[in-house]
Amino acid sequence: MPANRFNGFTNYGIGIGLRSPHYHHILTRKPVVDWFEIISENFMIDGGRPLHLLDQILEQYRVVQHGVSMYFGSVEKANREHLRRLKDLVKRTKTPWVTDHLCWGSVDGRYTHDLLPMPYTFEAAKKTAQKVREVSDFLEVPIAVENVSSYAEFHVSEMTEWEFLNEVVERADCGILLDVNNIYVSSQNHNFNPMTYVESVPAERVAQIHIAGHSKYEKYILDTHDHAVIDPVWKLYDRAIQRAGHTATLLEWDDNIPTFKEVHNEALKANRFLAKGVLAHAV
Amino acid sequence: MHPLTRSEKMSGVAPNGERMKEYAARFIKPNDRLTSFERLEIYNKQYWFRLLSGLMEDFPGLQAILGNRRFEELCKAYLQDCPSRSFTLRNLGRDLENWLRKNPKWAGSRQAMAVDMVRLEWADIEAFDEKAEPPLKAEEVAGTAGANLRLRLQPYVRLLDLRYPVDSLVLKIKGLNEDTEFSSNAFRERRKRKQVQAIAKLKPAQIFLAVHRVDYSVYFRRLEATEYRLLVAMQQGKTLGQAINHCFSSKKNAAPPELAQVAGWFQNWAGLGWFCALKRK
Repeated sequence: MPANRFNGFTNYGIGIGLRSPHYHHILTRKPVVDWFEIISENFMIDGGRPLHLLDQILEQYRVVQHGVSMYFGSVEKANREHLRRLKDLVKRTKTPWVTDHLCWGSVDGRYTHDLLPMPYTFEAAKKTAQKVREVSDFLEVPIAVENVSSYAEFHVSEMTEWEFLNEVVERADCGILLDVNNIYVSSQNHNFNPMTYVESVPAERVAQIHIAGHSKYEKYILDTHDHAVIDPVWKLYDRAIQRAGHTATLLEWDDNIPTFKEVHNEALKANRFLAKGVLAHAV
Repeated sequence: MHPLTRSEKMSGVAPNGERMKEYAARFIKPNDRLTSFERLEIYNKQYWFRLLSGLMEDFPGLQAILGNRRFEELCKAYLQDCPSRSFTLRNLGRDLENWLRKNPKWAGSRQAMAVDMVRLEWADIEAFDEKAEPPLKAEEVAGTAGANLRLRLQPYVRLLDLRYPVDSLVLKIKGLNEDTEFSSNAFRERRKRKQVQAIAKLKPAQIFLAVHRVDYSVYFRRLEATEYRLLVAMQQGKTLGQAINHCFSSKKNAAPPELAQVAGWFQNWAGLGWFCALKRK
């Protein structure tokens, strides 16, 4: 069940994030990679080297856009300039689906450039879903929202994070970018069972999965994307694949980035779970 | 967005004057390891770390001029007055020049050099990813060349008149950042700091500069004063005739340049692709 209406009925396999230390390797060696994920905001510009490079990548690879500043959970309406530039990029990349985070991060036009956790209330779910619908209508491409890692919870929350996620995606009728590392990080920071989260997500809405590494501190875990994926996260991934079937999977590695080969090899470890998951899902 | 204390902790006082511990506890749940204050502090620290890193990356020349501590203080004050109003961190420094002009105390005696450096480093960012239009072709102007011709410069070309030769400092810093001949990072950083401190003591010397790009790389090109004025006039939308009159009738130009020299400038600019194709009516 990888192809669904939330990922444009595609069958993408394992991809990695397109990051600048790897540009030269990718363009000169042309490694076999199923697809690359780009950070949309890095290419929402008018010209110059970044767009030239993107065009070179697009000649040979499939690209999916991942955003970091749409802030579906912020109260204000989506910024028109942001939307216009994002749509221009969607036309350029022909991304089958677009992802961004289920979070907030701006107030009165001021941006924090962070992915801040939502208060899990019905009112917030309703407003967030409305914004997801508006953005999707404007972009004319399916949207999948990603669960974020968090370090704080609000007193006003009326439900769990996964219940909130479900409430939003049902109301917005959108897809899910399920980040199993984020689930793990939040589960450790908030003392819940991460498997309960994975089991509770509507599998038919999962458009894509993120895997990544993180950093453990004395009293909390920080989502740093600077390590390999740890076993407990692979276990969550394994279960997610069993439930959702063969799903487009992306390894995020954004800091202390090793060689292209190391990153790609780490991502390809997902293959063993994908193969097993296809069988389990078929049964 | 609430500033951190000098020891990089979250302030004990909330924006509304309330004790931060109580303020945080009203909104944020504690857990078995962290208080509400500590959980909120994670986000507070991350905000400042992220934005200060962004400015450090964009303005290494300003950092070299002011030194690390003063640069950080300036950035914190700037971000408090001008928080990001863009969806992209690329635009974080776009108000820095204006802000610094209105708030000279943050650069102290190095204000003039600091403003020049901010202008150059922001121009560097803009020249890197601004739009490029199709370049002008010789045949487009062959039949129409004349005083009424309105030539447009590429959107990525930035023209600067500076009181200090800060371009040399930026080039030195870029060179040091690319230099990997030393084995130890610590040694390299120490050596870099010494070299940068030495060249940051620039003496005033007016320069005119074009910040532009060729093959997707940004370059600085020094210009002569009249050359600069001619380009600025064209960038402002003056016709060729108006631009030439504006520049060469000025009393500042005691000795107007030779015709051959002006022709040479135009050849260079055209060769660098600085002129856009004419707009079709």
